[in-house]
Amino acid sequence: MESDVLIVGAGIVGCACARECALAGLRVCIVEDSVTGGGATAAGMGHIVVMDDSPAQFELTRYSRSLWQQLLPKLPRSAEYETRGTLWVAADEEEMVEVRAKHSAYGAGGVRTETLNEAEVAVEEPKLRAGLAGALLVPDDGVIYPPAAADWFLERALAIGATIVRGKAISANKGELRLADGTKLRGERIVLATGTDCSLLPSLPIKKRKGHLLITDRYPGFLHHQLVELGYLKSAHKLESDSVAFNIQPRRTGQLLIGSSRQYGDEDSKSDAAILTQMLERAQGYMPELAQVSGLRVWTGFRAATPDKLPLIGPAEGLTDDRTIWLAAGFEGLGITNAPAAARLLVDQMLGRAPEIDAAPYLPQRMTTQAALHA
Amino acid sequence: MPESITVLVNGMPVQMQAGSIVSAALLKAGEPCRLSVTAEPRTALCGMGICFECRATVNGVRHRRTCQMICCDGMVVESDR
Repeated sequence: MESDVLIVGAGIVGCACARECALAGLRVCIVEDSVTGGGATAAGMGHIVVMDDSPAQFELTRYSRSLWQQLLPKLPRSAEYETRGTLWVAADEEEMVEVRAKHSAYGAGGVRTETLNEAEVAVEEPKLRAGLAGALLVPDDGVIYPPAAADWFLERALAIGATIVRGKAISANKGELRLADGTKLRGERIVLATGTDCSLLPSLPIKKRKGHLLITDRYPGFLHHQLVELGYLKSAHKLESDSVAFNIQPRRTGQLLIGSSRQYGDEDSKSDAAILTQMLERAQGYMPELAQVSGLRVWTGFRAATPDKLPLIGPAEGLTDDRTIWLAAGFEGLGITNAPAAARLLVDQMLGRAPEIDAAPYLPQRMTTQAALHA
Repeated sequence: MPESITVLVNGMPVQMQAGSIVSAALLKAGEPCRLSVTAEPRTALCGMGICFECRATVNGVRHRRTCQMICCDGMVVESDR
């Protein structure tokens, strides 16, 4: 049977795309050889966050967060969505300047924030060390359990006519997807939502960026918001070198999810004791009592990083001459946040609908222009 | 006879023989060591520090494996929730 859309990859992005296609009346088939949401989706924190590292990233995350908020009443309890809010923690006066700048930038973009001083931060999060300068509170940011959310997107898609094929796609060519077991599937379009796996389109400009996370035992009431150090922006922006930043999230169970690290060039999924130590020391620097909590597990995952840190959403023009290939990939650390917006923008393009935000900054064809500029 | 000591389990004084393990005090009091994420009461299962079912808060520190701890006089034990 021929589909309108074949989607390769049942991570949160692929599953969100499948639901959006099915809602639009497209015949959609999703292809996955492993469990749903088992790659970067399962490895990430599940922080639904508005980020302002570029105007395009701000627009996409703001839009996508609003789509998550619309989905909220429908999400199952297992998705563990909680509107915890993000506290961007400022260590010193220099970082407070950044807090104020972010406050006005977010406000201008229609995102509610509050500036907190030292005393107010201590009230919001008593476990933070004394002597911090303040923070920016983004109250409408959220926390989610991504694999359960991916499952829900897929289940909804299947309920309204989508199909799933369990198998490994080994080639995508002119509307034909071949699987390792010899199956051939046909579709008018083939969407690659394959995270860091570039095997179906080796020209994809995606690099693996390794991260570590640690989950603790249950400490209800220890933490109330997702906390991120403002220095995170500095470290997350470094494109080449290894970095760690204080990033901690409260889970509904009372567990604490502690991050974060960023490493290029290490494609080994084993945890790295040296960077893990740095990461946990960084966290203890902000919350000394973390030294007494009991950690349960550490794992690693790989973010799909593009050269300009924006995702690739749309036809793979410029990366291949094959007009049937589309992309929903390269979300770096924001795949969970951006999944609903990516799905919506992708289907807007397929149907020629007017998107609610400008889709141009995320079009894959920009990669050829950038390559030409740097040639 | 070994000396008798008093341990507070969820606020209730429990008389224990010196040398008893803390999970025994929880059992004697009829209190769970902890509640699971779905609020099921749990208590010591393996008794040798492997299964982690006996975790409880001891003297304010959460998640102590009570089958591996000896009771002290005046010790404050609370079910982990």
